[in-house]
Amino acid sequence: MTKQTDAIVIGAGHNGLVCTAYLARAGMNTLCLESSGAAGGMSAQRTIADNYHFPGLAHAAYPVSAAIRRDLKLDQFGYEPGVAIETIALDPDGRHLTIGPDGIAGEELSESDEKSYPGFRKQYLAFAKAMRPLLENKAPRLKGMEFADTATLARLGWNIRLGLGRETMYEFLRVVAINIYDVLNDVFDDERLKGAIALDAVMGSAMGPRTPGTVLTWLQRLHGELNGPLCVQSGGQSQLVSSLARSAEDAGAKIQLNTHVERILVEDGKAIGVSLSNGETLKAGTIVSNADPRATFTALVGAPQLDAMFANRVTQIRGNGVVAKLHLALSGVPEFTGLTESQTGNRMLIAPSLKYIEHAFNHSKYGEYSENPVFEVTIPSLHNSSLAPVGHHVMSVNVAFVPYDLAGGWEGQKASLADKIISQLGQYCPNLQSLMVAHEFLTPQDIEQQFHAVNGHWHHGELSIHQSFMMRPLHGAAQYDTPIDGLFLCGAGNHPGGGLTGLPGRNGAQRILKPGAVK
Amino acid sequence: MMIGHEHFRQALQRTPFHDRIAELSTTENWTGWNTYKVARVVDKLSTEYFAVRSGCAVMDLTPMEKYRISGKGARGYLDRLVTRDISKLRPGRVTYVIWCNDEGKVIDDGTLFQLGEDDYRLCSQHHQLDWLLMSAMGFDVQIETETHDVAALAVQGPTSFSVLTAAGINGLADLKPFGIADLQCGDVSVMVSRTGYTGDLGYELWVDPADALRLWDAVFAVQGRYDIHVMGLDALEMVRIEAGFIMPGFDFNTAESTIRNGYDRSPFEVGLGWVVSLDKGHFTGRKALLAEKSRPVKRQLTKITIDGNKPVGEAFIYDRKNGKQVGEVKCTIWSPILKANIALADIDCINGQLPSKLWARFDYQRELKWHTAWAECHAQSKPFYIPEQRSATPPDRY
Repeated sequence: MTKQTDAIVIGAGHNGLVCTAYLARAGMNTLCLESSGAAGGMSAQRTIADNYHFPGLAHAAYPVSAAIRRDLKLDQFGYEPGVAIETIALDPDGRHLTIGPDGIAGEELSESDEKSYPGFRKQYLAFAKAMRPLLENKAPRLKGMEFADTATLARLGWNIRLGLGRETMYEFLRVVAINIYDVLNDVFDDERLKGAIALDAVMGSAMGPRTPGTVLTWLQRLHGELNGPLCVQSGGQSQLVSSLARSAEDAGAKIQLNTHVERILVEDGKAIGVSLSNGETLKAGTIVSNADPRATFTALVGAPQLDAMFANRVTQIRGNGVVAKLHLALSGVPEFTGLTESQTGNRMLIAPSLKYIEHAFNHSKYGEYSENPVFEVTIPSLHNSSLAPVGHHVMSVNVAFVPYDLAGGWEGQKASLADKIISQLGQYCPNLQSLMVAHEFLTPQDIEQQFHAVNGHWHHGELSIHQSFMMRPLHGAAQYDTPIDGLFLCGAGNHPGGGLTGLPGRNGAQRILKPGAVK
Repeated sequence: MMIGHEHFRQALQRTPFHDRIAELSTTENWTGWNTYKVARVVDKLSTEYFAVRSGCAVMDLTPMEKYRISGKGARGYLDRLVTRDISKLRPGRVTYVIWCNDEGKVIDDGTLFQLGEDDYRLCSQHHQLDWLLMSAMGFDVQIETETHDVAALAVQGPTSFSVLTAAGINGLADLKPFGIADLQCGDVSVMVSRTGYTGDLGYELWVDPADALRLWDAVFAVQGRYDIHVMGLDALEMVRIEAGFIMPGFDFNTAESTIRNGYDRSPFEVGLGWVVSLDKGHFTGRKALLAEKSRPVKRQLTKITIDGNKPVGEAFIYDRKNGKQVGEVKCTIWSPILKANIALADIDCINGQLPSKLWARFDYQRELKWHTAWAECHAQSKPFYIPEQRSATPPDRY
């Protein structure tokens, strides 16, 4: 007789794997189902033209938290955060700016900016650190608070008031809900610098630098830096995903690929199992969805099993993807004007000013793409030559503010946009076109189809303030719980959101292992 | 036919029966209901009341909101919408239903008519289209407002069967309570349901607005043989309280219009637990109601009789004379047929039980001078007035 399955986790993205590993380590017989042929979800390695391997949608990431590394023994299973990189803000005239952990360097940098930057960075890292209790634990429930919730709020309050000190607290409270545009203009002169910081605040969101809440999105990103520097994901599968999978399997969990869950079966208000596209039914007392909450509730559970108002709130979750992904297979090293080969191993940004980003964002609001898009570029093969044939390279490009619903539809426009983007990159990298062997262009619609992310949104829902913390993903399903008994969430659509953090997966598992006193 | 194309010229629309009612109105006592002009009292309240209880009363029901719900998923949709198990509902039958929001608080009540295989009409007092559409996600169902496309006339009272038969509508003898029949009145096609809000024998007639006046005239053509009166909302209010029918929005606040926390009501708190089937499968509010069911009920909308003959009006309820305030009267009348003060009162429970004693403290006027009085109240479990003819099939002929 086969052993009874205690928990089924839907989706082997990194959060699903984290959750699976935690549940398995707690002794639950856990089965993780993945519809594609590889674990990793958006961070799974992609291959084009047979021999060119890309690190999926997540080409640069911060290390996962020490707690997850320790709890899941990730280092023992081969986890390495990747190669630490700096950020280079590209300038059309070749006056590039390098932004690293120790400071900034570049031509024509004003003395005041050079002086202000370290203090600014220190202050915002302190803000991110102060928010740690909130960003790393389940977001407290305001009604019927448990002890853990009270503790989180107490630690948050302590950090903000006593950790930061009175003056810094005032500054924190002043900026936390406003836009990055105002903050950066208050502090800096240099447009390249402001553009580079603002890009990190808005990349992945349908927000421009002037959108309220963009300081918060930046703080959420900086929170990752508390675990270590930004790293290029050059190891492909060998890094986070494979270590998570091995950790989960070591604890007895089973990861089943090519298994597409069609429905979550609900009986008498309780999740009892899943039905697969092959007609099979799998039963378990606990079902965990790492899928987008919108897909979980409307497609997997179905509105008829939910209360009417809740089902409608699900459809109101905001989250239209605005980032396209371009993968380029190159026959040699791309040469960027004004950069050495080793410098091109860093993360390169094309976001030369705040206005440039804001204008690019404006177009996306109206279903258009900008003639001047925002780019984030890495060349992972410079750090790991096995990603491409000898002497060849792979270039991974995030293109921000490409609308999900392109006016006139994607058909017929996709190829021309890809060409346009490549030629724009060519302005910074003159030999690019001559090196091109193959390319792959993923619009937000492609990302939706290939990664089951509703509307192609990286984070399974916008990281706006009204969809954060105890409101994430929505009222009635916070704290990884759902109105369906036995059904839990563990994906990026939940607090604290997207990014390769593993935190929603860990928190979701903890929720399952220690059910709340109040439902 | 649509009615009221020019309605924007009027503060209140006129129903297809309006001209006839206006001719009979001596009081000009009108009010608004769902954008229509309706009579509170047409001529004399006592005449209208006694017409329902001992003769035949006719009331214009056109402003009642009517929704046509159809499609393959209609049954599943309705099952998820309402709290009641409607699995026994069949074409040609009507059932009383309520629906709740996610928190298990009552949004409205209504009558659900099954007209055909996948074809239903839901009638409610308040506008519900937004909630009905919001509930439609995930169902193969079409929902349309037909409030303005169907004229409705209530014909109620002990002689209503005889009146309609005399008016030329044949085929009512076998129509059981909550039954529907498609019949003819002369050359007018009319759908008749044995339903009503009076607690007496009675019918509701559903007709094309273009035929409305011909139907009216056919009914009133037998006025010489029968005592038939037009009834307004005030008389309806009296008889519905006698029948123990509650009115969402008046006896308690409807859920989606409630702003203050705790001012809305669950079905268990308003005596509607009998239409909640927690074991029928999922419906909106089920989870909240399951949780609520596990706790003692907080309060009860209670039928009470009040000693004495002074009209109570607005009053607080106490657990003893000069005692602790435990509730309030939501609607009350002096019942002429029962010779009693009757009321529905919202009363707080202790451990799920009503206080053993109930007293009303109320103010009344004598020649413009106010007095305060106390009267003992008695909780009732049954409707105040249940006449035999209400359920008799066939009904007695007069």
